[in-house]
Amino acid sequence: MSATVAGGRAIGTPTDRIEGREKVTGAARYAFEHAPENAAYAWIVQSPVAKGEIHSVDGSAALERPGVIAVVSVENAPRLAAVEEAELHVLQSRTISYRGQIVAVVVADSLEAAREAAAHVRVDYREQEHHVLLDEHDPAIYDPGRVNAGYPADSILGDVDAALAQAAAQVDVVYRTPAFHNNAMEPHATVASWDGDELTLYDSNQGASRVRDVIADVFELAPEQVRVISPHVGGAFGSKGTPRPHVVLAALAARMTQRPVKLAVTRQQMFAFTGYRTPTIQRLRLGAGADGRLTAIVHEAIHQSSRLREFTEQTTIATRQMYAAPNRRSTHRLARLDVPTPSWMRAPGETPGMYGLESAIDELAVELGIDPVELRIRNEPELDPERGVPFSSRNLVACLRLGAERFGWEERDPTPAVRRDGRWLVGTGVAASTYPAYRSPATATARANADGTFVVRIAGSDIGTGGRTALTLIAADALERPLERVRVEIGDSALPRAGLAGGSMATASWGTAVTFACRALLEQLQEHDGTVPAEGLEAFADSTDDVRATDQGYSRHAYGAQFAEVRVDADTGEARVSRLLGIFAAGRIINPKTARSQFIGGMTMGISMALLEESVMDREFGDYLNHDLAGYHIAAHADIGALEADWIEEDDAHLNPMGSKGIGEIGIVGTAAAVGNAVHHATGVRVRELPLRLDRLLAST
Amino acid sequence: MKPFEYERAADAAGAIATLTREAPRAMYLGGGTNLVDLMKLGVAAPELLIDVSHLPHDRIEPLADGGLRIGAAVSNSALAADRTVRARYPMLAQALLAGASGQLRNLATVGGNLLQRTRCSYFTDVSKPCNKREPGSGCPARDGDHRNLAILGHSEACVATHPSDMAVALVAIGSLVHVEGPGGARTIPLPGLHRLPGAAPQRDTVLEPGDLITAVELPPLPLAARSRYRKVRDRASYAFAVTSIAAALELDDDGTVRDSRIAFGGLSHVPWRALAAEEELRGLPATEASFARAADAELAHAQPLRDNGFKVPLARNLLVRTLAELAAEQGARA
Ligand SMILES: Cc1cc2nc3c(=O)[nH]c(=O)nc-3n(C[C@H](O)[C@H](O)[C@H](O)COP(=O)(O)OP(=O)(O)OC[C@H]3O[C@@H](n4cnc5c(N)ncnc54)[C@H](O)[C@@H]3O)c2cc1C
Ligand code: SF4
Repeated sequence: MSATVAGGRAIGTPTDRIEGREKVTGAARYAFEHAPENAAYAWIVQSPVAKGEIHSVDGSAALERPGVIAVVSVENAPRLAAVEEAELHVLQSRTISYRGQIVAVVVADSLEAAREAAAHVRVDYREQEHHVLLDEHDPAIYDPGRVNAGYPADSILGDVDAALAQAAAQVDVVYRTPAFHNNAMEPHATVASWDGDELTLYDSNQGASRVRDVIADVFELAPEQVRVISPHVGGAFGSKGTPRPHVVLAALAARMTQRPVKLAVTRQQMFAFTGYRTPTIQRLRLGAGADGRLTAIVHEAIHQSSRLREFTEQTTIATRQMYAAPNRRSTHRLARLDVPTPSWMRAPGETPGMYGLESAIDELAVELGIDPVELRIRNEPELDPERGVPFSSRNLVACLRLGAERFGWEERDPTPAVRRDGRWLVGTGVAASTYPAYRSPATATARANADGTFVVRIAGSDIGTGGRTALTLIAADALERPLERVRVEIGDSALPRAGLAGGSMATASWGTAVTFACRALLEQLQEHDGTVPAEGLEAFADSTDDVRATDQGYSRHAYGAQFAEVRVDADTGEARVSRLLGIFAAGRIINPKTARSQFIGGMTMGISMALLEESVMDREFGDYLNHDLAGYHIAAHADIGALEADWIEEDDAHLNPMGSKGIGEIGIVGTAAAVGNAVHHATGVRVRELPLRLDRLLAST
Repeated sequence: MKPFEYERAADAAGAIATLTREAPRAMYLGGGTNLVDLMKLGVAAPELLIDVSHLPHDRIEPLADGGLRIGAAVSNSALAADRTVRARYPMLAQALLAGASGQLRNLATVGGNLLQRTRCSYFTDVSKPCNKREPGSGCPARDGDHRNLAILGHSEACVATHPSDMAVALVAIGSLVHVEGPGGARTIPLPGLHRLPGAAPQRDTVLEPGDLITAVELPPLPLAARSRYRKVRDRASYAFAVTSIAAALELDDDGTVRDSRIAFGGLSHVPWRALAAEEELRGLPATEASFARAADAELAHAQPLRDNGFKVPLARNLLVRTLAELAAEQGARA
């Protein structure tokens, strides 16, 4: 464990995004903009049935269209190695597991020709009856044993039933969240080309090393035979964490046609095979004494996954460490349906789970007549309530207090439905945020050039978060050199191996390896009396041992508190968030400028989730029917009122050399609960289902 | 993508002649903001596009009777910004500005806006049946997703809504649509251009092949100077109406309603002129109780579907609130 926390000059200085100019001038090139010579274009054909078997695929009519090179389907696709993720076993089976599943790909000289020909691929299906709606009474719901991130599905302490029976105050409620789709600005895209047995992929992803490893497995190649290049990524939110099936498809099509192949997933297709957040049904039961101290917390969540893959969102994990209570039960159950496979979406688990928990806590506060900020403070645990270990640092209470002061919470009259501003009913609400501080192993090199510049290399990726800039600040401080002299290279699997930009652990993980490499380089420099030889100096570091040695005696999480002011139109039920304040405690903030963007970006997505977003399942046909940005509403500028994020600096020596916690996801955690709680305060009505649509609120006003 | 030809029309007569000759494989193209989208989705597949957005129908001219003639190629942005429109028909300018986005309004034309097609999600997905797109294939919306579809005037065959904001204001104003077709020129009063779905939902309007909209005429309507458009939508901007209202109100000195114009968007296959409400209101005191009575008269025949019953109280509230606000303004002025 690295006990010292570095406090350089670059870290903590608000710094412009290094590649900002390239991006706003269009110079930055994204995956699909790479155009190898003689490239062909691929277009995906999808299943219009949700369950069944492919009887036959006939590509002959498509092949007769001008410019068409190949039609690849289960009939003629080369065999691929089976990997853990069944979605990547593309075109290998005749079984249709969901509507929109990939059944063929057409390759042609132009995108237009491929697309036009795709309509002429004839696929005959033997259709079966499908089952696509998540329902808590479904007898096929089961206990998956383990859930994502490796947590046990169930965690049980004490006797919740007895505690609930004796509780002075009780809440027993069911909250529902719909499916959500990530919808990054840049849809998934891959350009694949083979040179003999060597494969190069320009790809939009959250980690080049991971894509390389998985694709190498699928094609039974050595990792060195695959190179993945992704200098710029236009957002991901989890959906590009592992390669999606189109990456395999691009490589497969390129191999079969012996041409480089460009494949861009359309926005509509993103609703089928690039992942989404599962809908959830959550039952929460809380028991408390009259003093507001929790005696029991029960959080039981139901999710869906596809027939292809057991993917269980870790919805109730946050509940295991948020509040003190002697009796606790948190569980996860799963229904396997004929639906697309869910995947990761910003703060998977915490986002839906904290919506449920923080709404239920608000209900308990109302029930008890205790201020919801105060109720949370009263239930602050001293140790991690389930693991029994101390927190490396925990400043939830400080966030709540500072937020309450800044927001003007003191003057709040708790009575619901009594504030009116013209046509608007006005209310305020609060909720807590949390996200774990993880770390994964990484490697990096640091190089000193004779001209006094430094180059740091690591296969990290900047998915729009400012990761490249943060690493440059970290490297500059570790090298004790000014920022201008340091260049960080990322986004290429040929660089030293590193993990994902995911789980809010990128900067912590990569920063550790970068710091170690830079420190090693400084030592080498010292050995050379500070003079860089003509050929330069280079140091390598691997953080695996340090990460493995992480002291398990601590519970590590970032925390926050969000305060929302909401207006609900008394005649129409339209809800708007006029004000949202988030105060976070997430270790040392590396770059305040991009950190603020991450926080307010997460909060914006949280408002969007609270009021607008939902993927609507078509019961009859079995797909998400609002599969474009006209139908799937994401917050527009006009939906966002005064938005403010700030933070409390933490000094935590139990994390990593920078003392940082992740900031990419915590901003979305708790927002929807803060908004929902404010809606209750405004209208007096609890809507226990997202989004807080006007038709749901109209019934209440 | 299907290959197609593109032709920029030199004059109206030529455009009409070509389209009449080439229909149904040819279509007029305005700003293209709806038609090109539908082509990308495979919903429309014209082989020949005749671009009428450059015809000399790009002027807004005052008429001798005090009305206004708006060329069909005038952009939605230009119309919304026109001083006369803003002063004398504020509900029209407000309706335009409530629609789409700045960029889209710069391209969208008056003619194209009137003829834009429904946003029903089955209509825009060619992998599913839809009577409007493929007559006789069925209407999955009726038992499926119809939260934002019709409560008035729908049929067994189709429950879609007309998505235009602008058209709602034009219908409230009682505008005239000037059309030139193979058989010569004619005018179609609004409402009257759009049709209820009945058994032929594939036909949105009464236009015949080759008919070209050349202009929209606004009658002189003094009460329209005291009008407003209010749009209720899921998202604060850049979303189609869940329900909208265009309303104008004129009071007598004694505070009773002399005249009104009311139209709803988002409730029907057509921009819905609320004639029953207007009739009910005449002579009643301008109170919320009267407005509610008028709303009830109009909505008495509403036939909500499983998931859109909320539109009945929503439309009612909207009518009451909007007229109450108009009445209060006039009270303040008097
Ligand atoms: C993302 C998005 C959001 C939108 N939001 C809204 C909204 O909130 N409210 C709203 O009201 N609208 C909205 N719209 C729709 C927009 O208003 C219409 O697309 C636009 O008004 C159509 O005008 P256009 O000139 O581009 O028509 P086109 O797309 O060119 O044509 C539409 C139809 O009209 C026909 N046509 C065009 N001109 C003539 C003519 N002179 N004579 C006969 N036929 C003609 C064409 O053949 C075609 O069938 C939105 C559109 C988009 C893409
Ligand atoms: S409502 Fe009309 S447009 Fe929608 S599916 Fe039915 S027929 Fe088609």
